[in-house]
Amino acid sequence: MNTKSLYQEVILDHNKKPRNYGTLDKASHQAVGHNPLCGDHLNIALNLDRDLIDSIAFHGESCAICKASASMMTTVVKGKTRSDAETLIQEFRDMAMGKLDLDSPHHLGRLTVFAGVRDLPTRVKCAILPWHTLHAALNSVTTTSTEAADDPMHATIGDA
Amino acid sequence: MKLIESDLKPQFAPMFDVEHIRADFPILKLQVNDRPLVYLDNAASSQMPQPVIDRLVRYQATQHANINRGVHYLSETATAEYEDSRRKLQYFINAREDREVIFTSGTTDAINLVMHGYGRKFIGGGDEIILTTLEHHSNIVPWQMLAEEKGAKIRVVPINDAGELLVDEYEKLFNERTKFVGVLHVSNALGTVNPIKSMIEFAHKRGVPVLIDGAQAVPHMKVDVQDLDCDFYAFSGHKLCGPTGIGILYGKAELLERMQPFKGGGDMILSVTFEKTTYNTIPHKFEAGTPPIAAAIGLGAAVDYLLGIGMDAIAAHELDLLNYATEQIRHLPGVRIIGTAPVKTAVLSFEVKGVHPHDIGTLLNQEGVAVRTGHHCVQPVMLRLKVPATTRASFAFYNTMAEVDTFITGLRTVQKVFT
Repeated sequence: MNTKSLYQEVILDHNKKPRNYGTLDKASHQAVGHNPLCGDHLNIALNLDRDLIDSIAFHGESCAICKASASMMTTVVKGKTRSDAETLIQEFRDMAMGKLDLDSPHHLGRLTVFAGVRDLPTRVKCAILPWHTLHAALNSVTTTSTEAADDPMHATIGDA
Repeated sequence: MKLIESDLKPQFAPMFDVEHIRADFPILKLQVNDRPLVYLDNAASSQMPQPVIDRLVRYQATQHANINRGVHYLSETATAEYEDSRRKLQYFINAREDREVIFTSGTTDAINLVMHGYGRKFIGGGDEIILTTLEHHSNIVPWQMLAEEKGAKIRVVPINDAGELLVDEYEKLFNERTKFVGVLHVSNALGTVNPIKSMIEFAHKRGVPVLIDGAQAVPHMKVDVQDLDCDFYAFSGHKLCGPTGIGILYGKAELLERMQPFKGGGDMILSVTFEKTTYNTIPHKFEAGTPPIAAAIGLGAAVDYLLGIGMDAIAAHELDLLNYATEQIRHLPGVRIIGTAPVKTAVLSFEVKGVHPHDIGTLLNQEGVAVRTGHHCVQPVMLRLKVPATTRASFAFYNTMAEVDTFITGLRTVQKVFT
């Protein structure tokens, strides 16, 4: 998959008209994710009803890949359980880093539109940032980063 | 926006054959994403011509041994070539003596040398260091480290919206505690050429030494350190068609002699006992350990190559590129140029309304065009000009007008994708 197919219609559409963009009146969990390499940042707020993500919203400053990834993520995890969301986070990170075999069973569905970032090492973190921030929020960590000790490309999923 | 006039163009343009020059650079024949490479990231690092590559190979294949110590043929040859390269660099910047030219690993290393060698000895608690908003992080962080260690203070020269230093404000920052000035010659992010000669003169009237970060200047214009009268001038080899891992610190001999060594080790000593070590004379006092000999010799070949073309011819062609690219990009809707100083090198920083620089960079790469995106290691500049990041096209003498066209067409494609 090349870059051209990364910037395909569905990603450009989510960048232009991001879903669940904004803030929540009532949020049980929230986090801010930073990518210090480019200055991008993303706020994610969600409300857990027992174990279910019943609402989620995001806002921030970011590139198209990051914004579309965040937008699609919110549509996919809404209504899912916390552990389903964690599974998706793990699978998405693995896919972005080229560690997931897309031919074997997974739960990513149309999120595979982001598979092309694995060929663009400098853009992997753009796609991962929303998922990394969601992981932090679910684990009650309020700020996270794509770099240093928080780096999701070095940390394993169990680390907050 | 007013651009500098090229009065050199009529004399030099006929002698300057860009296609002939391009043939010297093997990497420019590369295809990227099935398109001819258009390399516009020269402010980050320039490419290497065949004569420099050949020189590295010849040294490694026929002349290599450790320098300054062996009595055998190869050691004597390597030492002579290494010192010959130092004299080439001396000539290149018109230093008074070759011992004023110190090989470092790059600009960052050179600035750190001055911080440790001069700063830690002569700057104390309550003293003030003047830097500018335009500085690269490499001319900020070492001085912050010193300020923290000594309890010294950093004062910062502001800029206007065009990205020019406010010289009046610079002059107002001086007081009896001012002990050092660090200024970059040319802004890596914006291309602004700073009026360093008058700034140096002003500092000297108050007895304050000045370090110039010349990393973005020496590849693009004639630099004469005696004419500038700067106390220190730092630059890198890899932005000058030379290898990575090598750079130069020029320093006035009387200052270098008063300074303490930066790194301790072999070559920088005259004698060592466990009771007392006597340091070597300059420049060797500052060249501890085995240096990157091949890279130093390669850098000598690189300045030979550049002088063969002529720095005035290089400056004239790059000005043509800048003027043409500036004119072309101004015709694109929603594009804003960041950095509009009247005197600039061929650096074009810009933002495109509604498109993040990283998306621009990735899509231009798809067209074979290499640009830099991000904060360019100048976060204070980005903060001041209220842009989180920019896209930067930076030109070299081997770029062509046709490449500018490819770049502009690429930007049109980016805009089409994002409408």
